[in-house]
Amino acid sequence: MRLFNKRHYIHLPAAPAELKQRQSQVPDGLWQRCPYCHESVYYRDLGAFKVCPNCQYGFRLTAQQRLDQLTHQFQPWDTGLTAQDPLHFPGYQTKLAQVQHKTGLQESVVTGKARLGHYPVALGVMDTHFFMGSLGSATGEKITRLFEKATAQRLPVILLTASGGARMQEGIHSLMQMAKVSQAVAAHHAAGLLYIVVLTDPTTGGVTASFAMEGDLILAEPHALVGFAGQRVVAQTTQQPLPSDFQRAETVLQTGFIDRIVPRPQLAQTLRQLLAWHQPKVGE
Amino acid sequence: MAALKRSAQTVVQAARSDKKITTQALLAGLFPDLMELFGDRLSGDDPALRGGIATFGHQPVTVLSTDKGSDLESKIATHFGSPTPTGYRKALRLMEQAAKFNRPIISLINTPGAYPGQSAEEQGQGAAIAADLLKASQLPVPMISLIFGEGGSGGALALACGDRVWMLQNSFYAILSPEGFASILWKDAKKSGQAAKVMQLLPEQLLAQGIIEKIVPEKQPATLIETLREQLLAEIARLQQLTPTELLVQRQARFRKF
Ligand SMILES: [Zn+2]
Repeated sequence: MRLFNKRHYIHLPAAPAELKQRQSQVPDGLWQRCPYCHESVYYRDLGAFKVCPNCQYGFRLTAQQRLDQLTHQFQPWDTGLTAQDPLHFPGYQTKLAQVQHKTGLQESVVTGKARLGHYPVALGVMDTHFFMGSLGSATGEKITRLFEKATAQRLPVILLTASGGARMQEGIHSLMQMAKVSQAVAAHHAAGLLYIVVLTDPTTGGVTASFAMEGDLILAEPHALVGFAGQRVVAQTTQQPLPSDFQRAETVLQTGFIDRIVPRPQLAQTLRQLLAWHQPKVGE
Repeated sequence: MAALKRSAQTVVQAARSDKKITTQALLAGLFPDLMELFGDRLSGDDPALRGGIATFGHQPVTVLSTDKGSDLESKIATHFGSPTPTGYRKALRLMEQAAKFNRPIISLINTPGAYPGQSAEEQGQGAAIAADLLKASQLPVPMISLIFGEGGSGGALALACGDRVWMLQNSFYAILSPEGFASILWKDAKKSGQAAKVMQLLPEQLLAQGIIEKIVPEKQPATLIETLREQLLAEIARLQQLTPTELLVQRQARFRKF
């Protein structure tokens, strides 16, 4: 499978071979149930992109799998930045160590400089396997630096979002990341540079209320859950059942907050086309 | 202030108490000639997020304030102080207006959070708050925020992204309500007292961490308003000494440190 050819690839640190193997294993046997359409799918039928053949829903991927699908050249940035424990929250450090060991990640986002086709970009990929992609201080710091470096190097930013929202264990410090990242996004915008968001399942809470909705272009994967408030809270507030496609990408597109839904197998090509259209003119 | 020993739960209760000074009282006391302005110029007006222009000291200022309402009808209309996307877009419009006419902005915050209803989601609650955060980071005018009761999550942050954030003694500022926090982390909303403790949402804790710049002691309304007026006037004067560039550099540093 060409897609997973690693020859020109720089590996992320702390991702041992054993870990990669574990991640590629099918956890629930040979059949997987699609979380969106609930059809049982034979794992081989998901294909290299891990897409439901019935409804096009993209199964959740690790950051590494995402990178493999998008680029063969990736130079990671700020790999040493790891989660802090600003509130000295009971049990947080232990849990962090466990999740870091299990995922091989230091935080819920991987950032770096990548090449998509001919085009250099600052690329960030959030990973729900790390504290549900929640917005910790180090997550916010890595994304802030992604934008700062992109502004300094005059690069476009592509960010694939996936987040359950705030990092509860970091309390108000998680909230401050929304403002911190937004400032860096604003500076990148002010420099006239392109920022493309790709909303993946799920993108919620503080991430939706900040950088996920600040792109020049906002793409989404089919059926990705995209919202601010959690569905349980909304149902409690509304006191009635929610429509079946509530907060799904197709609904959010219809209400006007997503530019375009892009099936996963077409994502790399779509991004390359958008990058081509936004290349600086000669002489600029 | 012998505040360090008080329990988080007590402060949360005091912040939500019926005896808490209201938006109406604060607006009337601080800005007697406030001319309220309505609407987001897109879809409607949200009474949970009020705004307008008022004389403050020797100059006009733009005022933004959440409002929980005063009777049952207005409490329902404001969703108990939870702004909708329409409210956040009204705030955006008034922030842009303040920037254009070089007016300082004062925001008063007492909200459990952004309204989490179906319609709010469909109207882009996330996008509306994000637009405020993006705009506030570039405003070339001083912006001071006062959290006077509940400072609920992104719904409060949208109005607290300026140069100074102050809190009344009996107020809190948190990523989520203690009830929501307990129910997410421990699957038990009844552990909210314990949650309030570990969340470190008290003004003195937030001051120590550099999240806010000042705690204003809570006194009788008339005294409180006088204190606030003096301190706000002095701080606006200090911030107006800065050039817009200096102001933005300072504001950027304020959030960059987290
Ligand atoms: Zn499916």
